Amino acid sequence: MSNIILKVENLSKQYRLGVIGTGTVKDDLKRWWYGVRGKQDPFKKIGEENDRTAKGTSNYVWALKDINFEVKQGEVLGIIGKNGAGKSTLLKILSKITSPTTGIIKSKGTVASLLEVGTGFHAELTGRENIYLNGAILGMTKKEIASKIDEIIEFSGCERYIDTPVKRYSSGMTVRLAFAVAAFLEPDILIIDEVLAVGDAEFQKKAIGKMQDISRGGGRTVLFVSHDMNAISILTQRVIVLKHGKVCYDGGTDLAIKEYLKGESNEVNYLFSGDIKKPTITHVFLDTSLPNNVHEYGKPISFIFKLKLPFKVNNLALSFQIIDEFQNPITHVWIIDSQNNIKREKGLYEFKCEINNPKLYMGEYSLRIYLSDSKTKDRFDYLESVCGFKIQMMKTERQDFKWNKGACKYLEDATWSVIKEA
Amino acid sequence: MSKHHTNEWLFTISSKRKLIDLNLKEVWRYRDLLMLFVKRDVVTVYKQTILGPLWYLIEPLFTSIIFTLIFNNVANISTGTVPPFLFNLASITIWNYFKVCFMSTSNTFSANAGIFGKVYFPRIIVPISVVISNLLKFGIQLFVFGCFYIYYYHQGAQISLNRYTFLFPLIIIIMGMLGLGLGMIISSLITKYRDLRVLISFGLQLLMYVSAVMYPVSFFKEKLPNYAWVVAYNPLTFVVESVRYMLLSTGTFNINMFIYTLSVTLVIFFTGIIIFNKTEKNFIDTV
Repeated sequence: MSNIILKVENLSKQYRLGVIGTGTVKDDLKRWWYGVRGKQDPFKKIGEENDRTAKGTSNYVWALKDINFEVKQGEVLGIIGKNGAGKSTLLKILSKITSPTTGIIKSKGTVASLLEVGTGFHAELTGRENIYLNGAILGMTKKEIASKIDEIIEFSGCERYIDTPVKRYSSGMTVRLAFAVAAFLEPDILIIDEVLAVGDAEFQKKAIGKMQDISRGGGRTVLFVSHDMNAISILTQRVIVLKHGKVCYDGGTDLAIKEYLKGESNEVNYLFSGDIKKPTITHVFLDTSLPNNVHEYGKPISFIFKLKLPFKVNNLALSFQIIDEFQNPITHVWIIDSQNNIKREKGLYEFKCEINNPKLYMGEYSLRIYLSDSKTKDRFDYLESVCGFKIQMMKTERQDFKWNKGACKYLEDATWSVIKEA
Repeated sequence: MSKHHTNEWLFTISSKRKLIDLNLKEVWRYRDLLMLFVKRDVVTVYKQTILGPLWYLIEPLFTSIIFTLIFNNVANISTGTVPPFLFNLASITIWNYFKVCFMSTSNTFSANAGIFGKVYFPRIIVPISVVISNLLKFGIQLFVFGCFYIYYYHQGAQISLNRYTFLFPLIIIIMGMLGLGLGMIISSLITKYRDLRVLISFGLQLLMYVSAVMYPVSFFKEKLPNYAWVVAYNPLTFVVESVRYMLLSTGTFNINMFIYTLSVTLVIFFTGIIIFNKTEKNFIDTV
């Protein structure tokens, strides 16, 4: 398994920003004139790192810059990165849709890509005719398709409509049919870009299962691009993280995901600075298992609150609710002075709340925090939607079913027993 | 899957490419796709129309009738002993073949940007499939021409085939290559310079007038001797005139002009392939 099937060396791709049109002829002529005199393309010398947010000075940017990596036969390699990191450009070059500005890619196997399913479907042709057409576009021969057509139709679940023009299909059916064709491709290297986000939950499950079959059996080499960390962690063992067109991490999946999440900058903290006259929450933050308030399901999680009490408070009550993305409170956690019997003097305090085995299901959550006097019911402080955090189901793969978002709010520890009665 | 144990790379991708990289092996590997594209083009054009493939016939017939009325009856252009309608039908049939080949291939990149941007296959498959599917349409139109030919023959018209008629298939191939070559050149340029799209629609109209479609070459030479070279050195003129000569024995057929036209066609065709190949690797960035 140690032989290298794909080798990428110093790959770079330059793009021109702005409107293509005026000035194009001028640059073309300049380029041509340098070429005639045997000089290097003047525009290859310039260009900047591709950071979408920073305003650059040059009209040329490097969407990819000096990318190097190797892929072994039978390896499933994940490629992750933020929008605009260069993932799609890399895949486009690998699948020969566009060519690199510099660098070289060497391959020992045939490459087929599922950049977007349903490419080349013709609305007037029937499902069956489109299977042939689409299969041929993806590089299959008529014979290959003919030998697999029954499987393809069955996998798509569109038997009934197969001899009806595709224009009569629902959009979901079109996608199913398209994915079915693609799933039966047999190249040496398969490139998959975000195709798992198609169809309904049932079909997604089928699709991810098929991807697992492809990547596990048959020694197929797969390059897999996705924003779905769950799919990445299930399907891949090695991941490349792209950032501004450069490889910023290449290695094991777990560390790669951490590296990727670190790059996300959201408001994960709550900080208050101002005049404090009443008991106030000055700082709230979370201790999550992954960077940037991303937490792996089931691992211990801590919530840390810093309070400033400008005077002595006898009946302090601090509580918080975990709120889901639909603003529904999921759970309520509190600490009340009267029950804990601690007198709070004037000063700064840190309250740490640890939950050792949280049951929160995957999703995005935030906190709603109350600080009040339990006797007088005076509310000192109230914070809404702070410290957004994310629960992910990683490596907690269920053998047969994919985790679906919104399936429940929390998971219960349950014990099952089965008794044979007859 | 484990057949790749050698150290030979199957292929490499880099920014450099050979000048003429036809890669016929790859085109051959995708031959099924070529045939499916042809089938798609032929089958889907007239879906959900009442007259269906009859449109293939109606178009040239009506154009010939109009041409006959305007150019022969009103403008009094003489077609010699040949019935004007047959003269026009022959010209229009061959001209239309060039026109559709050129028009459809010149649109290759912009019309297929969606599919080209997502999946790789030899791009040249698309223009080739256009030329082949239009050849089928041309065949149907030629059949209609044959029917009228037989009709006029029985009416006693002075028309006949001759020893050059056997070159007819070659002339058709030349016409196809001209349309394909010019189309590929234009399609590559259109990806960057959209102006050409406007230019070709009326450029084709003008081209038809200097390609001796609705008059014999001798007529032009007689009326405008100073500008006759424009018509004479136009390879399309030669093709149109030759078709009429081969099918109707009217006009002239000059073997030197044949060699000239063939050379021009080959130059245009290979220029087209070079430019097309150069364009296909990066066009998706500019289209």
